[in-house]
Amino acid sequence: MSTQKIALSGTMAQANKQGFGRWFATKGWRHLIAIAATIFSIFPLLYVLSAALNPTGTMAGASTMFTEFGLGNFQELFANQERPFGRWFVNTLVIGTITSVATVFLGALAAYAFSRMRFSGRRVGLLTLLLLQMFPQLLTVVAIFLLLNFIGDIIPSLGLGSQLGLIMVYLGGALGVNTYLMYGFFNTVPMSLDESARIDGASHVQVFFRIIMPLVTPILAVVGLLVFIGISSEFVIASVVLTDPESQTLAVGLYSYVAQQRSENWGVFAAGAVLAAVPVMALFLFLQRYITSGLTAGGVKG
Amino acid sequence: MVGAGRIGPPPPLPPPKTSAARRQSASRKLLDHMVQIEEKSGVKTGRRDEKPARKKDRSPDSLSGILAKIVLLGLTDAVAAFVLFQLMLSGEWLIFVISLITTFVINWIYLRRGGLPAKYLAPGVIFLLIFQVFVMIFSTYIAFTNYGDGHNSTKADAIASIQLSASERVPDSPQFPTSVLEKGGKYFLLVTTPEGEAKLGGADTPLAIVSPSVSGPTGAATGVEGYSTLDFTTLLAHQQEITALTVPLSENPEDGALKTADGSTSYVYTPKLKYDEAADTFTDTTTGVIYTDNGRGSFAAQDGSALNTGWKVNVGLDNFQRAFTDENLQGPLLKVILWTFAFAILSVATTFALGLFLAITFNKKDLKGQKIYRILMILPYAFPAFLSGLVWSGLLNPEFGFINNALLGGAQIPWLTDPVLSKISVLVVNLWLGYPYMFLVCTGALQSLPEEVDEAARMDGAGVWKIFTAIKLPLLLVSLAPLLISSFAFNFNNFNVIYMLTGGGPRFDGTTFDIGSTDILITMVYKIAFGTGTGRDYGLASALAIIIFIIVAAVSALSFKKTKALEDLN
Repeated sequence: MSTQKIALSGTMAQANKQGFGRWFATKGWRHLIAIAATIFSIFPLLYVLSAALNPTGTMAGASTMFTEFGLGNFQELFANQERPFGRWFVNTLVIGTITSVATVFLGALAAYAFSRMRFSGRRVGLLTLLLLQMFPQLLTVVAIFLLLNFIGDIIPSLGLGSQLGLIMVYLGGALGVNTYLMYGFFNTVPMSLDESARIDGASHVQVFFRIIMPLVTPILAVVGLLVFIGISSEFVIASVVLTDPESQTLAVGLYSYVAQQRSENWGVFAAGAVLAAVPVMALFLFLQRYITSGLTAGGVKG
Repeated sequence: MVGAGRIGPPPPLPPPKTSAARRQSASRKLLDHMVQIEEKSGVKTGRRDEKPARKKDRSPDSLSGILAKIVLLGLTDAVAAFVLFQLMLSGEWLIFVISLITTFVINWIYLRRGGLPAKYLAPGVIFLLIFQVFVMIFSTYIAFTNYGDGHNSTKADAIASIQLSASERVPDSPQFPTSVLEKGGKYFLLVTTPEGEAKLGGADTPLAIVSPSVSGPTGAATGVEGYSTLDFTTLLAHQQEITALTVPLSENPEDGALKTADGSTSYVYTPKLKYDEAADTFTDTTTGVIYTDNGRGSFAAQDGSALNTGWKVNVGLDNFQRAFTDENLQGPLLKVILWTFAFAILSVATTFALGLFLAITFNKKDLKGQKIYRILMILPYAFPAFLSGLVWSGLLNPEFGFINNALLGGAQIPWLTDPVLSKISVLVVNLWLGYPYMFLVCTGALQSLPEEVDEAARMDGAGVWKIFTAIKLPLLLVSLAPLLISSFAFNFNNFNVIYMLTGGGPRFDGTTFDIGSTDILITMVYKIAFGTGTGRDYGLASALAIIIFIIVAAVSALSFKKTKALEDLN
């Protein structure tokens, strides 16, 4: 009995002594790595926040983090008449929203056809979409520029400089990876639902809007959000199409702030960057779970 | 996937194995039955179709459905009619015919019975055809032309423009007292000839006699009815347009034109280059050099020097040939292609490695604070991509940047201006941007791995490392391969990071093109097409874009074949 006790207390003492070591071996190092990764991740973001709040307004002045505070950069940002930040913000919201809503709608229509109907050319169609999305639109930016230049001669409101024209260009990429994501999700909705609705006298349009659409809302939200985030970061085509500062998006406009004088305009740019990033990041974190599941669902085969 | 891989007409019903499938087939039979009843009783006048499954495509349309269809189709046709009318006015007959056919096809798709899939696919496909497929074909066409600055119009336009632009003042020519007039946003010159006649002309309207409504103190005409005379401040404000204004003396450009430098006097200028219509050559009137059509869209002299203004012609494989043989371009292009591959491969490798490592580290359920870590770590992924490059350019700026100034105590490390360091910087920034995505994806894939495999391997005495390399990693790679390939394709054209962080710099020596060590193909295309440095060259840019097409197509074809092989192994 007693020897057993001694032996037991002995191992316990040993365990206590090695407690930290063991904790470190199983978990502690994970915390260390986590902290390192977190710092790597958030340090540039903190930097831009501090630069935005730093009243010095230059890049050199921003090299001490969170020492001075002021909203001067923000005031300057909105006061600049040549670079209408407010307009850019609204433009980005409008272009992004219209594009993402239209993309979701066009994509859903196509996904419905691919998922629910059997027609000749269906497989070829799906494969073609998969193939085409390998070639992003930005590769054809020269042709898009010249095409819009031509369209502008015929219909000025759709040509170069027009936001509507830009949205149309973006819609060219509506079918593609989005349709694939939606197609996969549509397939998880059992066919028997459609069929019972049909028996009850619903038309194919009613089935689409009343039965399918409500059931696939998560993927619609994910696709819409991904498109919105993508469009709000799109620079190449927007910079070529939108030439007038009044009609530009945040990506084009904010770039123009630092294209020539990066260090002088740094504070104002940082203020703009913070304002531009906050809504997108908030939206992203809010829908994070759906996005992650959407990513894995779409990417991993099946 | 339901029915993936089935082609053609409605598939036969699968043999009912499960109860669910039985129910499904039963309900379909019931449906077919009902449709047949409908048709027999004449409720529905749908076309009789031999294939049973087609019948479910048709069911009575509701009134609102028909109305919506009429309104939408009507709107589309209205827009189409407007576009067709405009096309007719501008005489673009080829495009007119294509648009007309498209309009008919759209109407046919929506007005006919049946063909339901087309009705759902048409809207997206139309945009896809114009702004994805057509622009790709158009790019290919441009790649075979010399389209760009100085080559953007027809030969006739070019000849007229050369005659007007290359002009010099006629020696001892008289002074013309001048006023600048404006009408409808265009400028005109009102001059008084030495003979005392008042003449008015604009850029497109040769000089013609007018009767002035106002005259100045010296007797020179200063105003004409219907035109407004510019005062001094307006003159100053529009100085550039006015000094660029050339008013031809007559319909024949060889007679010369009037130009003004100050808005109050003008002189006669005659073309420095004389066009000989019969020989199709330009002759420099001062040096006597003869410029002939070189078949490449320019007038060129014997020594190879060409006039600035040219016209658009097909140049065959010239652009491609130039890309790989022109000394100005060949070396930098090869370096750019190599770096594009290196950048894409290393980006995928580094982000995947770090993402996977972190995913494994965090794949422990009882780790405290996991949620917080996770959210903070994926923040870069949520941060708009175009801003990331710009923000990091501030951090890494050699002179004023945070890293040099604050962290390294005023060091002058050329993070973005040294050829090697800038490459590393670009990779680090792309790692920052990309690893959260890989982390999320790897976490998902790790959690979906069956635990039994892990246990079984442990029972057989395999160590942690062995389990990882021999079991987990291959399984992960199988499921993540498509994602890694698309990540590669994305990074191959990752314009934003490069353009925002370094702008492609530092520039290469020994080339006049604005290309640098961190440029990848797509940033090079953009700079050649729209850059400010050497003038726009759409033809060359498109040729480079075609090269990207080919590379991307080849790489994805190869890699998808490989993944097929991986899947088969599984």
